[in-house]
Amino acid sequence: MNVQKQPGPDLPPPASSVGVIGWLRKNLFSSAPNTVLTLVAGYLIYITLVPAFQWAFLNADWVGDSREACDSGGACWVFVAVRFDQFMYGFYPEAEYWRINLAFGLLIALMVPLFIEKFSRKGMLAAFILIVYPVIAYYLFSGGAFGLVHVETSLWGGLSLTLVLAGVGIVAALPIGIVLALGRRSGMPIVRAVSVVFIEFWRGVPLITVLFMSSVMLPLFLPEGTHFDKLLRAMIGIVMFQSAYMAEVVRGGLQAIPKGQYEAAQALGLSYWKTMGLIVLPQALKLVIPGIVNTFIALFKDTTLVLIIGLFDLLATIQSAFSDPNWLGYSVEGYVFAAATFWIFCFSMSRYSQALERKLHTGHAR
Amino acid sequence: MSADPLSGAAPAKAALWRRPVFRSTVFQVLLILGVVAIANYLFTNTLHNLEQRGISTGFGFLSMEAGFGILQTLIPYDETYTFGRTFLVGLLNTLLVSGLGIFLATLIGFVMGVARLSSNWLIARIATVYIEIFRNIPLLLQILFWYFAVLQPLPQPRQSLDLGGMFFLNNRGFYLPAPVFEAGFNLVWIALAIAVVVVFFMARWARRRQEETGQQFHTVYVSLAILFGLPLLVFLAAGTPLTWELPALKGFNFKGGVTIIPELMALLTALSIYTGAFIAEAVRSGILAVSHGQTEAAYAVGLRPSVTLRLVIIPQALRVIIPQLTSQFLNLTKNSSLATAVGYPDLVAVFAGTTLNQTGQAVEVIAMTMGVYLTISLTISTFMNWYNKKKQLVER
Repeated sequence: MNVQKQPGPDLPPPASSVGVIGWLRKNLFSSAPNTVLTLVAGYLIYITLVPAFQWAFLNADWVGDSREACDSGGACWVFVAVRFDQFMYGFYPEAEYWRINLAFGLLIALMVPLFIEKFSRKGMLAAFILIVYPVIAYYLFSGGAFGLVHVETSLWGGLSLTLVLAGVGIVAALPIGIVLALGRRSGMPIVRAVSVVFIEFWRGVPLITVLFMSSVMLPLFLPEGTHFDKLLRAMIGIVMFQSAYMAEVVRGGLQAIPKGQYEAAQALGLSYWKTMGLIVLPQALKLVIPGIVNTFIALFKDTTLVLIIGLFDLLATIQSAFSDPNWLGYSVEGYVFAAATFWIFCFSMSRYSQALERKLHTGHAR
Repeated sequence: MSADPLSGAAPAKAALWRRPVFRSTVFQVLLILGVVAIANYLFTNTLHNLEQRGISTGFGFLSMEAGFGILQTLIPYDETYTFGRTFLVGLLNTLLVSGLGIFLATLIGFVMGVARLSSNWLIARIATVYIEIFRNIPLLLQILFWYFAVLQPLPQPRQSLDLGGMFFLNNRGFYLPAPVFEAGFNLVWIALAIAVVVVFFMARWARRRQEETGQQFHTVYVSLAILFGLPLLVFLAAGTPLTWELPALKGFNFKGGVTIIPELMALLTALSIYTGAFIAEAVRSGILAVSHGQTEAAYAVGLRPSVTLRLVIIPQALRVIIPQLTSQFLNLTKNSSLATAVGYPDLVAVFAGTTLNQTGQAVEVIAMTMGVYLTISLTISTFMNWYNKKKQLVER
């Protein structure tokens, strides 16, 4: 009897199920409707992306210093290049650009260690960035001391103003938001009521009405003759608005801390502030870092609204450049540049927040 | 004070300022005083400032003549109407753009959210790219882009883009045929109302019968048939009392039909694309939140895929989707206030903009505007809390 004792060698899988062909069959042409969808979608991509790519890259003009350089029919990036400094710094005096560069360079240098796993003094550094750095940055931007020339806030603009607004918004809103979140979870009914009303009020109205209010009504609220800078008014509005959102994010973190933590802290005889400061908040804030980054992204996008009350952030600077008679008709290039800038910031932050979420989720995943 | 039951000695009395009740009372009284003091300070300052500027307070201005025109009005309006009327016009315009935006954004969001989970690689990729691009670009930028870079460079009315001889697109707006309801059309409305009532009672009957006997009834199909069929029958029986008024070029502009002004179009496009991206993410996360075990369990008890989807997956996914969806609807409504940037006459543009500038009644105008948005938000969030409570997973 001829019985085969050993299993024969594995046959290779059919050619149609592996490699490029297998992948195509599985992911693009698995059934008749899928094939139709793929072909339609492919055609749509072809007729939109190819001309867009040609416009943006192949037929685009990159160098030159006037609109005469733009004659090849594609995008005129010369427009952006010529006004690049203005888009970045607004009307800030050119001789003082180094101050803005220094302020942001310093911030980046300070932030880098925060992303290094092994760096052990992150808390100290974060406190430095949140408390000391804003003072340094204020003097660098505004001047008027240490031999720096004073620069009016009306001259601030461009991307640097966008970053300043977003930065101030987040740094100032964080402590207010924490206090509000604690207030909302407090056992004292009046404290809770005040916090709830404050939070729900600001969350219930659009930012644009808040900005209108801060630009029209703040001067009415304060004693006669109080001079109030336009930028400062916008900042106050943004901070109020943002702190309400921040409070809700922090509240989410506070709610996620098990009750045992509070009870254990009380059993040790810690006072309310010690319980919160040493036990609850460090855990809660760590949990909500992704949420904070997400509100920061929303805030970053929302800073464009200051355009409506007449401040020159990145979008407003670009928008105002369209009315330059030498450069009429290049609005698409301007918008694409603005969109790309905002997109790079927001997308990288959202990726970071997602990565952080995955990293922080390890112990708590159900 | 009761004595300590063990030692019999009275417990050491804590000092007054160490007692929690005392401390919290003092703190709360101080807080109230602080809030009142701040409010009072702001209030007196405001009164003083208003007096200095010669602005009288109160809502009397609402009955004064407005004296300015509005680009798009849903109710009769011209310069001779009052500021109260402008408030109403702006409010209706806000509700119009929000309602249309919510409809379109939900449509886009559900299609894209499901597409992102598609087994077709290309479709899933397109949905991902759409979501990641439009979520991360400021809404205001998108509105300005559609308005200034897309709609304004469109040709003049005389060179309009002609879409099938019925739709026309030019830099003055988008022109659609308008339905003209003739005399007999009221019957169709009545038929529709009857159909709704019939469907309501039929659904109740079907549910009760299923609970009692276990027999199922094709409620969805029969309802759809009644809802569409009955009005259609009446419509045909009444001699199709509906005609379409086509827009036509007269002089320098189109006359007749329905006009969608470019401001509305830009705002609507941007709002629905932007919010659609967020809704798509909500839909995706909702579907992913239903674990695969649920599908397998449903198959194991013998449910067909369509029934599984309808009775097992969707109800559970909705529990995750609906709260996010309502908060996106709320965001869309609040974001519609960006209309100001392109001059669409919404509540903020017409009331907090033009009316405020003309009357100087900053406090009243801003308070009314904020009041409207607050009312909308609080109503929706009340509904959301009610819904969440109703749908909450009951554990043990």
